[in-house]
Amino acid sequence: MSALEPTTLSAERRAGWAWRPFALTLPALVLLAAVIGYPLITIVLRSLSEPEWGVQNYAWFFGAPVNLAVLQRTFAISAWVTLVCVVCAYPYAYLMTAVGPRVRLVLVLCVLIPFWVSGVVRTLSWVILLQDSGVINSLLRSADFAGIRLIRTQTGVVIGMAQVLLPFMILPLYSVMKGIDIRLVQAARSLGARPSRAFFTVYLPLSLPGVYAGAVIVFILALGFYITPALLGGPRSTMLSTLVQTQVLSLLQWGRGGAMGVVLLVTTFLLLALAAPVMRSRHREAGRR
Amino acid sequence: MNPRPENRGAAIELETVSKAYGSFRALDGVSLGIEPGEFMTLLGPSGSGKTTTLNVIAGFTDVTSGKLRVGGNSVVGVPAHKRNIGVVFQHYALFPHMTVGRNVAYPLTLRGVDQAKRKARVAEALDMVKMGDFAHRYPSELSGGQQQRVALARAIVFDPPLLLMDEPLGALDKRLREWLQLEIKRIHRELGTTFVYVTHDQEEALVLSDRIAVFNRGRIEQVGTGRQLYDEPATLFVGRFIGDSTVLRGEARSDGTSTALGIAGETVTAPRRLTGEANPVMLLRPEKLSLRRPDQKAAAGANRLSGTIAEAIYLGSGSKYEVKLGDGAMAIVRSPLTGESFGLGEKVELCFDGADAKLLPDDSTADTTLT
Amino acid sequence: MEMKPLTRAVLGLVCLLVAIWLVAPTLVVVPMSFNGNKSLAFPPQGFSWQWYQNFVTNPEWSTAFLNSLKVASIVAVLATVLGTLAAFGLDRMKARPANLLRMLMLTPMVVPGVVLAIGIYAVYLDAQLVGTLPGFVLAHTILALPFVLIAVSANLEVFDRRLETAAASLGAGALTTFRTVTLPLILPGILSGLLFAFATSFDEIIVSLFITNPYLKTLPVQIFSSITRDADPTVAAVGTILLCATTILIGGGMLLLGRERKGRL
Repeated sequence: MSALEPTTLSAERRAGWAWRPFALTLPALVLLAAVIGYPLITIVLRSLSEPEWGVQNYAWFFGAPVNLAVLQRTFAISAWVTLVCVVCAYPYAYLMTAVGPRVRLVLVLCVLIPFWVSGVVRTLSWVILLQDSGVINSLLRSADFAGIRLIRTQTGVVIGMAQVLLPFMILPLYSVMKGIDIRLVQAARSLGARPSRAFFTVYLPLSLPGVYAGAVIVFILALGFYITPALLGGPRSTMLSTLVQTQVLSLLQWGRGGAMGVVLLVTTFLLLALAAPVMRSRHREAGRR
Repeated sequence: MNPRPENRGAAIELETVSKAYGSFRALDGVSLGIEPGEFMTLLGPSGSGKTTTLNVIAGFTDVTSGKLRVGGNSVVGVPAHKRNIGVVFQHYALFPHMTVGRNVAYPLTLRGVDQAKRKARVAEALDMVKMGDFAHRYPSELSGGQQQRVALARAIVFDPPLLLMDEPLGALDKRLREWLQLEIKRIHRELGTTFVYVTHDQEEALVLSDRIAVFNRGRIEQVGTGRQLYDEPATLFVGRFIGDSTVLRGEARSDGTSTALGIAGETVTAPRRLTGEANPVMLLRPEKLSLRRPDQKAAAGANRLSGTIAEAIYLGSGSKYEVKLGDGAMAIVRSPLTGESFGLGEKVELCFDGADAKLLPDDSTADTTLT
Repeated sequence: MEMKPLTRAVLGLVCLLVAIWLVAPTLVVVPMSFNGNKSLAFPPQGFSWQWYQNFVTNPEWSTAFLNSLKVASIVAVLATVLGTLAAFGLDRMKARPANLLRMLMLTPMVVPGVVLAIGIYAVYLDAQLVGTLPGFVLAHTILALPFVLIAVSANLEVFDRRLETAAASLGAGALTTFRTVTLPLILPGILSGLLFAFATSFDEIIVSLFITNPYLKTLPVQIFSSITRDADPTVAAVGTILLCATTILIGGGMLLLGRERKGRL
């Protein structure tokens, strides 16, 4: 009200010192332009100019069935990973909201520890687990089952990727569920809804923004995954990233590799742009509380 | 720092100070002189410019135009941290990462006071606000009232010649507020520094101040002691803002020496007239009004208006009535315990001596700016 | 929500499995690191410390480790300084440009790793930065920057700017105010930004794989090429060491945080 509101003060600063905040962000922006902006522009230009100017690289990419198959597989694997993450993360995040602080701490740690452990090491673990002479197969064999092929299969890739990406699903989901007023569910129950009906008509819709946010993050990150498919996957589970790498490093086809990269980049940003309005409305709702 | 001189307050002079934010004029030509050692309260509704004035004196806000002198020297353009002015904020603004002791020692550390002296002065300041036992606590461990007392200690520990307080009691409950008002008054007496106090609570202003400056819409309406503002309001706004009042509006007729108002078929007169074109209204304090039943005989020369009791409030020391007049306006009457009592809906006559009515120019904004 | 006992049991079981799935797989490197054979086949045979020995004595591994340590340390400092400055700038800007710039600065998080990698590789080939320390530092810094920005911004958001006004009224100039009031209060954010930046750089692999050369390899690159080349259990030993280091760091940090919080209350 009449307190020394920071708004009046910052209005003051804005008038006299408008350049100062910008100056503070300048070093970061310069680095951003040099190490992200310039390289990305380079890639776009190369995709249009190598070996000669034109869209031949894009025509090649969308003309070859092999490439389209990889593109389709990339989407399929990402979708599977997202689905696995949603299914596993939903009950987990819900339980995080329903237990006491001690158990919650343990559950949070279980999410955060893999977050902190080196990604390469985690993929290495999956190699050890899934390989033909790995933990799972040796366990199966010792129980007299036939071994199954997991490494260099799509299933193996999905299992490994989902484990790496699960925290990205659990955390946004938890933050939304934490904010859901449980009295709404009680209100539904008092109005005569059975527990399952109260869940499906009240709780689930309220938690959907979290599902949505987490799913978008997981899907986008999965699209660009490189290490896990490279180590766990085989030729029949190649994803787009691997293809880009092959074109550039092995075949020195900068134009084609660049075109694929641009396709991947554009897809990612399109998905983000599609998701942004929904995420923003979620923020607004959170602000109202 | 130097040993304490006898009169350690600084005089403040504001000369036609203006502050504009874009097209909005937060301060519009404010002039105000504050005596050394005076307790001056800046009173007004929110957005009236009182806090902006405080910010200007403290150096948190630059003036757009005008002059500002503290202790005789112009401080326009001097940054806040070089003005040596103590400020107490409504939200306490204690540093959460420092103990009470370190908070209070902070301004002394900045001024290079050596440790032994610092310790003694921190203890002295905390004793003055009766928080001597809390030096090792963190602000988060204290109640609101305690935090505000620590903030007060921190603002006076470096002996500033001027202390500014921005609604320091605004976040506290009534009991605590009343007690801390007396504490602040005592500290002002003991220190002898100039205090400038911002509040929107007129009762608080009356309790604390030597003089009060009433702000409205970026201007000062009137400066004076509480008594002057109550008895001789210069504008309708001041009259309405300070204390309870009844405002009579009607068809005005002035002759040479008196003014008459026609209100719903009745006429009241006051033995004065306004200079200028403005429409006159009468402002009456509740204790200047009296009630009688219509059948009772009135004293000669008294003005009378008929009305109906709309609300009767028992106050302990007396009664307060709200009377609905013929034109729908409300009058507030305070009657002593010994007086007659009236019931809701009862027809009454409102009487007053025309000499007690303050004649003021009408100001339609005076009502709307009150919240 | 009240649940039937059965629902509760099923939910608990599912979560237990998910928790195991999250944590347990990584632990498999521990037994493998003591393998007596030069193989990553399960179960490990015998027991030996030789892979730890190899990690310390084999220059390929020890150099890679030291390189990572060096790069990550420089990146942590650089990204923290740049990110903190930027966070301050954004905090003191009007909402509209601030949001725009913030989005821009967070792009390194969403650009697919390989796309960024080939871009940086292309530029580095021209600038002769491939396989150089500055090359690694620059690339990792930009990848670590968003984490610092997020951590510091989160702290600035809850920082009460009015405390700076109060400090000024008590006689503190802009720099003193920053040093004695602002910095101590947002230090947790800066420190967690520092830690995140270090971890990001220490763990970065995709861009590193492209800009590496035989003269400068970081640890993740060495691990990756070791996995793809042969079944050398040294990777398991390295993994175990990293696992322990991380656990100690997190545990220590939580203890420290807990103690500090207790001290405050």
